Amino acid sequence: MSVTHDTRIQIRSPASSAQRQAARGWPDLNNPAAWIVAVILLIMPLIANGFFLIEIFATTLMLGTIALSLMFLAGYGGMVSLMQLTIAGFAAYMVAVFGTSDNANISLGWPWWLAVPTALTLATIFGTFGGALAVRTEGIYTIMITLAIGAAFYYFTNQNWAIFNGHTGINNVATPHFWGVNWRSDIPFYYVVLAIAALCYFGVDYISRAPFGLALQGVRDNPRRMAALGFNVNAHRVAAYAVASFIAGLAGVLQVWNYRQISPGSVSVGACIDILIIAIVGGITRPIGPYIGALVFVLLRTFALDFLVKIGLDGNRFRLLIGLGFLAIVFWSSDGVIGLWQRWRRSQRPQSDRPNGGRGHG
Amino acid sequence: MDSVARRLSAVGAGAALELRGVTRLFGALAALTDVTITVRPGERRAVLGSNGAGKTTLFNCITGDFPPTSGTIRFFGEDVTHFPPYERIRRGLRRTYQISALFPGLTVQDNVYLACRGVSRGRFSFLRPGQNDALMHAADNLVQAVHLSAVRDQRVAELAHGQQRQLEIALALAGAPRFVLFDEPAAGLSPTERAELVEILTSLPAHIGYIIIEHDMDVALRVVESVTMMHNGRIFKEGVPEEIQSDPEVQELYLGGGHE
Ligand SMILES: Nc1ncnc2c1ncn2[C@@H]1O[C@H](COP(=O)(O)OP(=O)(O)OP(=O)(O)O)[C@@H](O)[C@H]1O
Ligand SMILES: [Mg+2]
Repeated sequence: MSVTHDTRIQIRSPASSAQRQAARGWPDLNNPAAWIVAVILLIMPLIANGFFLIEIFATTLMLGTIALSLMFLAGYGGMVSLMQLTIAGFAAYMVAVFGTSDNANISLGWPWWLAVPTALTLATIFGTFGGALAVRTEGIYTIMITLAIGAAFYYFTNQNWAIFNGHTGINNVATPHFWGVNWRSDIPFYYVVLAIAALCYFGVDYISRAPFGLALQGVRDNPRRMAALGFNVNAHRVAAYAVASFIAGLAGVLQVWNYRQISPGSVSVGACIDILIIAIVGGITRPIGPYIGALVFVLLRTFALDFLVKIGLDGNRFRLLIGLGFLAIVFWSSDGVIGLWQRWRRSQRPQSDRPNGGRGHG
Repeated sequence: MDSVARRLSAVGAGAALELRGVTRLFGALAALTDVTITVRPGERRAVLGSNGAGKTTLFNCITGDFPPTSGTIRFFGEDVTHFPPYERIRRGLRRTYQISALFPGLTVQDNVYLACRGVSRGRFSFLRPGQNDALMHAADNLVQAVHLSAVRDQRVAELAHGQQRQLEIALALAGAPRFVLFDEPAAGLSPTERAELVEILTSLPAHIGYIIIEHDMDVALRVVESVTMMHNGRIFKEGVPEEIQSDPEVQELYLGGGHE
């Protein structure tokens, strides 16, 4: 295989390859903090009441998963897409349209196990198509095209009554009941959301070290060289949009089950930008970032109101707090909260103990 | 097909690389004008010329990084003029860049692994390479061949200049290259690193031809059997190294510091 075949330099060092094997595996498995977080998430229903379980943690996981799809595109692929929430919203609408709701004129009444795969497929096609438009551009133009798609979808849902039911949206969307369980009741739903989020998180982490993910990071670092290595760069980018759309679609299905309704307000341009803020606040170099960003966002959104009222300000100004937090984090760390955390960890350690950065952005 | 056309296409099939009347304009500037070159399979050739002579542009046209404005390019007989770069690479063409074009966020090993993956199947694979992955071993061997084993797991952004140049070469040797374009591979290398480079080039299997752009005559003339001189986007002399070195016109224009 090697063209520079040279017998003198064929001796492989077993130590280095063993070490490399560890680096290629699941670093989370060796991290006690990751185990503690996993256990806490699993026993959460024992600790938290219904409000915290759904309004804080399930919401964090759903928003985090949408932001994860953006992290996948931006962190690994270098493509900032503002349409990830739109794709989630599209999947949510499709669940309402193909499934059951109180709008019998629109909803087709399919069972959830048929409506959900259909919604996911259509959302993936929608996102892939949008991606195919976006990959013809770079940088700021990608942001503009994806934002335009998001805005167009928002206005379209507002004005289309035949499928999207205009500004009223679709209400009382049915949620799955089977095996004698109401999967939308708090505890089962929390576990469904946790399972899907974990699947997406570990899936993205896994793909980042697989040929597809590595190639995507190559495309991010140097698309021209990737072409000179035999890669069809645009095909790779479009495929990344397909993966990200599927992830966003999954979160969208969870969201429509959570709120049991979907309306244009949920796919507004402001909501699209919230996803960008969540991803950037958390950090886009690793899959955990979007979930941290989502937790910060949800906590602020939920509790800033009380806090603001207490200090004598208008409670609706919570966005101001989020905006200031956003500004502060972007100012102090280009890699969000995980960047701050890593910097703090590094300052706590002796110099010689520094990791050699072997995992790169993976 | 008449007999002349058949004979011509047979000649084409016998050449590794065949450029006919290749011209490349950048706005009003003609970086290449009517360049015609034929290179045999396995042939090793140097392209010399002063700064701005159009050498890198020639490579960009051959690989498709920039398509030529006019003219045709054949690679092992196949007309690749309108192929995207990746199609040419998959057919066995390779190149290095004058200014290192690497993946700074990835490790050395991952850089080389990508190069191996790019010219084989499974570019879209979602499965991580296993312990006995053939391409992983191929990447290991390439890393060793360019003396980078010690920094295999370091991110490329952390490498020294000489190491990046060596990695640049490793990326161009992945898979089964048939013809390689080296764009000033020795630029910025120490004398030791230059000697290693010469060794890598001279130990390439005989069927792999290459064109090397190199200002350092000591390196260039030791690793090639033919030389093409370029000036102002045109070819003005071709020959064996001894001829070129002793040619008075060349001496005046290039070796004698004839940079305009
Ligand atoms: N992308 C580009 N856009 C505009 N002009 C270009 C571009 N690339 C090259 N040129 C111009 O084309 C001419 C030839 O450039 P080229 O890079 O091919 O020269 P070269 O022989 O490789 O020189 P050097 O020895 O400096 O590398 C120069 O005048 C250069 O300015
Ligand atoms: Mg050049």
